[in-house]
Amino acid sequence: MVKPADLKTDEVITFCPGCGNYGILAALKNAVSELGLREEDVVIVSGVGCHGHMANFVRVYTVQSLHGRPVPFAMGVKIANKKLHVIVLSGDGDSFGEGLNHFINVMRGNSNITYICHDNIIYGLTTGQRSPTADKSMITKSTPFGAPEIRIIPVKLALVSGATFVARSYAGDIRHLTDIIKQGIKHEGISFIDVLQPCVTFNKINTFDFYNKRVYKLEKARHNKKSLASALKKAEEWGDKIPIGVFYQERRETFDEFFKQKQPLISRNRSKIDVSKTLEEHK
Amino acid sequence: MKVVNKLSWMIGGEAGYGIMNTGRIFAKTFTRGGLNVFGYNEYPSLVRGGHNVYHIRVEDDPINAAVKPVDLLVALNHETIDRHKDDLTNGGGVIYDEDVNLEKHEIKSKARLYPVPLIKIAKDIAGKDLMKNTVALGASVALIGYDFEILASVLRDTFKKKGKAIVESNVKCARAGYDYVSEKGWHDGFTHKLHKISDKKKILMTGNEALALGAIAGGLDFYVAYPMTPSSSILHYMVAKQKEYKFFAKHVCDEIEAVNMALGASYAGARAMVGTATGGFALMVETLSFAGMCEVPITFVVSQRGAPATGLPTWTSQTDLKFFINAGHGEFPRIVVAPGDAKETFYVAAEAMNLAEKFQIPVIIALDKYLSESVYSIDHLYPKRARIDRGLIVKNPKKGFKRYEVTKTGVSPRTLPGTPNGFYACNSDEHNEFGYSNEEIKNRNMQYSKRMKKLKEIRKVLPKPVLYGSRKAELTLITWGSTKGAALDAMHFLKNEGINVNVLQVTYVFPFPTNEINRVMKKNKVLVIENNYTGQFASLIREHTGVKVKNRLNKYDGRPIYPVEIIHKVREVLRNG
Repeated sequence: MVKPADLKTDEVITFCPGCGNYGILAALKNAVSELGLREEDVVIVSGVGCHGHMANFVRVYTVQSLHGRPVPFAMGVKIANKKLHVIVLSGDGDSFGEGLNHFINVMRGNSNITYICHDNIIYGLTTGQRSPTADKSMITKSTPFGAPEIRIIPVKLALVSGATFVARSYAGDIRHLTDIIKQGIKHEGISFIDVLQPCVTFNKINTFDFYNKRVYKLEKARHNKKSLASALKKAEEWGDKIPIGVFYQERRETFDEFFKQKQPLISRNRSKIDVSKTLEEHK
Repeated sequence: MKVVNKLSWMIGGEAGYGIMNTGRIFAKTFTRGGLNVFGYNEYPSLVRGGHNVYHIRVEDDPINAAVKPVDLLVALNHETIDRHKDDLTNGGGVIYDEDVNLEKHEIKSKARLYPVPLIKIAKDIAGKDLMKNTVALGASVALIGYDFEILASVLRDTFKKKGKAIVESNVKCARAGYDYVSEKGWHDGFTHKLHKISDKKKILMTGNEALALGAIAGGLDFYVAYPMTPSSSILHYMVAKQKEYKFFAKHVCDEIEAVNMALGASYAGARAMVGTATGGFALMVETLSFAGMCEVPITFVVSQRGAPATGLPTWTSQTDLKFFINAGHGEFPRIVVAPGDAKETFYVAAEAMNLAEKFQIPVIIALDKYLSESVYSIDHLYPKRARIDRGLIVKNPKKGFKRYEVTKTGVSPRTLPGTPNGFYACNSDEHNEFGYSNEEIKNRNMQYSKRMKKLKEIRKVLPKPVLYGSRKAELTLITWGSTKGAALDAMHFLKNEGINVNVLQVTYVFPFPTNEINRVMKKNKVLVIENNYTGQFASLIREHTGVKVKNRLNKYDGRPIYPVEIIHKVREVLRNG
């Protein structure tokens, strides 16, 4: 079994000291290790943003795709080879700013993919502009007097889009996040995990201290994760108390089950293709 | 005087009348008799209403393009007559419903009028007027003296899936049309006659069907698209065949999703293709650039239509050659290939995927509405010719595998996820040999030049332009893509007039075949034929050879270039020295 330390590359980690991404990186490696996955069967597909640099730091097959496009790339990987464990890393910007339609679509289609959203409520890499998950009142470089749009609540959007596993965790609680990622990977179908990730440089509101005072675990709050209504109610909770844990889980036909894929697509025998019967139809 | 085995037939009516299917059935009726067919459709971007036509040319000699004149016109409404009466030839005729008020003086040519109770016959047999087209097919077959049984066999095969009752009504409707004309004795006066010339049935397919089947034969694993005319019928074909041939095809949520899914699938080892029209391709361009950076193979099939913007959605154009060559931010190698007809398209589909995988680059197959939707008759296709080349894929890499190793050819062996020790980052950032982000000058120069070096290798293997006709000629017609057909027909026609021209078809357009074009430019006077305003290929000739193209034929009204237009232009060019 691969140890978390073996999943390290030789690249120098470039996150700011204290960045929430360290917690997510650690939890991700823990999850791969604790589940005993073969590292060559793990594909991490990221978008572009601070989180995207993680493609340089995990010694598995990694992709840093385009901003807003990790989801369709990952869907393609999974269709080509269903044996792979495909994990999407995406920021709040490239989940809900650029390419929001992919988010809704992958939830509807229930691809067997784990989707981890690094939700720091700010654009970090472009040095501090408002993200779609920010309150309308949030003052940033690009929104000096706030913005008319209300915030997107990722968990809520995932629920109404048809996700079959919806969770939230916190970069400041690596143990909890590790367990949630493990559950997500084991879930058959799309698993969406919204990760509260403090940005120590540009978001002075949603800090470690902010979250440490507010988060509480759904696992200990007698939440019924089979009920969509209860999940939606919990999704609205934000303020003095912020729930983390699994909001919702159901078993529904997955994307590859719909297409009745038994073997990976890439293993099909191309040398046996004979189109002469179809050519006859054209005569 | 009889005209044997040479006919231009057209059916026209309101959109929603099923004209496209009817035209297709009629085309097959002749390819089953061993005849050559070219079928061309025109329709507006509407589901109901508007004017639709299907135009079929049949000859015993090879034919490659649509023509304007019509010998036999089936008019399902008066608008068809208004629009096409001036195209009628003197020996021609018009089949129309008795209800369409048509006076002889409306038609200038000596074409004969054949009023047939199309609707009444259809209603009497099938209870509704839907099959009036089929009645008209029967009437047409009677006029031209063709074997009715061949039409019946096509009707049976076409409607087989809809059940026995539909099959029988269709055959009955056709027969009733046939009998009506026969009883009137009209066939004696109609000069155009067609008959079966061979038991060898020809293949009948559109450019889009040829692309799809060629790709399937060439080992396509993965096809995704978002519907957009004139590329949608590729998607329809693919999804209809995916279970039989066990590949993946899907209509996905938009073009950006399509192209990124295809790139992801290809990265993981699938032979992947994405299809769209030019407007959709505009949306895919960022990912085209990503493919250039991460060196993941991908094949695009893009059908051009009238642009800019939504433009002329259902009309043809060749306005996007420079777009294909230049699309995407940054510099990276690519191949642009523009097949000239359905047969070429069939082979290009597989070859494009081979080239994409061999060089780990994007390959763009440029079609246009005319090629995508016209039907071509083909003598033979050899699917086994589509040899599958996956390029360099490493199965057992050693530790420390360098995915982007700097090599002599610029192509580095790749691994597929799932392969032990083959880890790398597939990175949209500039990266080092392992794929990890790196912005250092030395590395940037090494990786950049490694990617660009492929162009030289590509030139070595890229199929050359093909010369049709005699090596020596007074004028060389240069075409790329679908204008090939009209140029070939013009060449044959001019030969009978004693004018000797040849045709240089440039199918592999980019990297530009500089040496070959240079040679032609030095040797001969040329005429560059393009369905666009600016003369994009002519401009490429100047860019790459330094020679200005003096003679151009350009057309940009959404209609195809007809052979007759080329013939006129050739005469003009030769007259002016």
